[in-house]
Amino acid sequence: MPDNNPFPLPKDELLDAYRRMRTIREFEERLHVDFARGDIPGFVHLYAGEEAAAVGIMKHLWDGDHIASTHRGHGHCIAKGVDVVAMMKEIYGKKGGACEGKGGSMHIADLSKGMMGANGILGAGAPLVCGAALAAKYRAKQKGGPSDVAISFVGDGASNQGTFLESLNLAAVWNLPAIFVVENNGYAESTARDYGTAVDSYVDRAAGFGLPGITVDGTDFFAVYEAAGEVIRRAREGGGPSLLECKMVRFHGHFEGDAQTYRAKGELEDIRANRDCLQRFTQAILGAKAVSEAELQAIDRDVLGLIERAVAEAKAAPPPDAADLTTDVYVRY
Amino acid sequence: MARKISMKMAINEAIDQEMTRDPTVIMMGEDIVGGAGGEGEKDAWGGVLGVTKGLYAKHPDKLLDTPLSESAYIGAAIGAAASGMRPIAELMFIDFMGVCFDQIFNQAAKFRYMFGGKAETPVVIRAMVGAGFRAAAQHSQMLTPIFTHIPGLKVVCPSTPYDTKGLLIQSIRDNDPVIFCEHKNLYGFEGDVPEKSYTVPLGEANVPREGKDVTIVAYGLMAHRALEAADLLAKDGIEAEVIDLRTLSPLDMDTVLESVEKTGRLVCVDEANPRCNIATDVSAQVAMNAFGALKAQIEMVAPPHVPVPFSPVLEDLYIPSGAQIADAARRTLAKGKT
Repeated sequence: MPDNNPFPLPKDELLDAYRRMRTIREFEERLHVDFARGDIPGFVHLYAGEEAAAVGIMKHLWDGDHIASTHRGHGHCIAKGVDVVAMMKEIYGKKGGACEGKGGSMHIADLSKGMMGANGILGAGAPLVCGAALAAKYRAKQKGGPSDVAISFVGDGASNQGTFLESLNLAAVWNLPAIFVVENNGYAESTARDYGTAVDSYVDRAAGFGLPGITVDGTDFFAVYEAAGEVIRRAREGGGPSLLECKMVRFHGHFEGDAQTYRAKGELEDIRANRDCLQRFTQAILGAKAVSEAELQAIDRDVLGLIERAVAEAKAAPPPDAADLTTDVYVRY
Repeated sequence: MARKISMKMAINEAIDQEMTRDPTVIMMGEDIVGGAGGEGEKDAWGGVLGVTKGLYAKHPDKLLDTPLSESAYIGAAIGAAASGMRPIAELMFIDFMGVCFDQIFNQAAKFRYMFGGKAETPVVIRAMVGAGFRAAAQHSQMLTPIFTHIPGLKVVCPSTPYDTKGLLIQSIRDNDPVIFCEHKNLYGFEGDVPEKSYTVPLGEANVPREGKDVTIVAYGLMAHRALEAADLLAKDGIEAEVIDLRTLSPLDMDTVLESVEKTGRLVCVDEANPRCNIATDVSAQVAMNAFGALKAQIEMVAPPHVPVPFSPVLEDLYIPSGAQIADAARRTLAKGKT
């Protein structure tokens, strides 16, 4: 590692992390604009502001690892390697979308990448992840070596769902290679986190289920990366499940079109100015001279080009055929 | 070689044979082994009614007792199915699906369509259905219509040990989620079952009795009641044709329509409550597709629109009887064109 890199990742990995976070940010900010213009049907929930969590965790994963995402799933998809153009086509409801236009923003999935789907049902991914982790455990037993892992994402809101709490217990009693990430952005839809959740600490909640837990500043990429590395390593080695809380901020509303009148005056401006995880990451790696400004600018140009192309292709893509209405309900019926 | 075994043993044998054949077949559920973590006997129960008894000794790594936590483990079975396994989950009583229904109808049923045909979820959810066990309102329901309503799920409800083994093996090998409904009052029912492995295809009704005068459509325990009715009707010289649907989704309407074309008279029997049940669905499809063949109005025999009562006197009144089905057949024969 060169002298000017004090970080736990080599330069090319830092640049890759930057690229993934920048891609998520540009993807979401572009959707925000295009949704407001009326280009996009349905519900859209944006991940902007939370990029460090998705990327800090997913940097440790490979394709055999599974994740189950939330309604706010674009960031998880991009971080896990789902094709950005296919995602955009899906959000536009077009043929050739990640789900052939049948899923939309809330259901983007790519099982070949271990992405088990964004999910319109809050907390529903946690039991699915127990199953993926169980399958991983069987595979590891058969082939030996470190186990694949499975990671469930929930927000602070869905952390109160029975499915989530039951899954903590099941993963603990079966000692599954599962990680439960609580993305605590302070709001369960429009309701303040503290209004709906009596316990202050998710580490305490994890302890109540017999799991180790860690809380990190989710706006600090390196804090997330380090903590995720620890819990993922433990799961791979057969040490069982963990809970990881990322305290983070949401730059947009619960859904696009949310006027966010529930926020404090000046809150949005404040978090954009002072708690932007991407800005923090950029300042850290530039400040340490681990990367150059020109290298980041080159990535920015690539990313903008990619998003531009994704939108253009999504708009140009044909809609599904009428015959597609009734296909792919079953494998065989 | 065929020998007589119970429906319960037919289920046990189907699971045993599929676990032996395919390393990805696993099973999870509450007390399916029994005694887990305790100091007493392992395999203490083999399921609450002993259906899986003995499987643990043969497949110790493949049977997983779960906490009493249906949402988590039914969801885990679905998640495992979406990531390479072929799990069987036992929900014990189908009445418990209320606590884990999201995982079944919003997750398992939707993956394939919602993900653009790129997912397979080969999970079987086995559950006991039906009344007659003096188990009252929350352990006795016939909830088959609820699952049949949902695209993406397949629904099976066999009536004989032979069909049970063949349909369960087929369901395990099937690449779509299957809700496999086992009538608890048929667990002890014995019939000829070959020892070797075999399958019965999904979506094919069986015709256990042929006749020219009236068609009686039923499934599960009601298939037996329909055969009793056919015996009663035969004493009056009436030849009833009995159709055992076996699979409710997909539904073999061809066999029903062919029979109605022949007999012109239809009695639909269902142990499910009468609104929006399998009998109303079959009746509607016959009315839409074979109206001209009908010589009289369609009759339905179903329980009243009430929960399953506890008192044995009331429960026996609740469950449709062979005599009620025979009466319905006589009603339709007394009316309409000749």
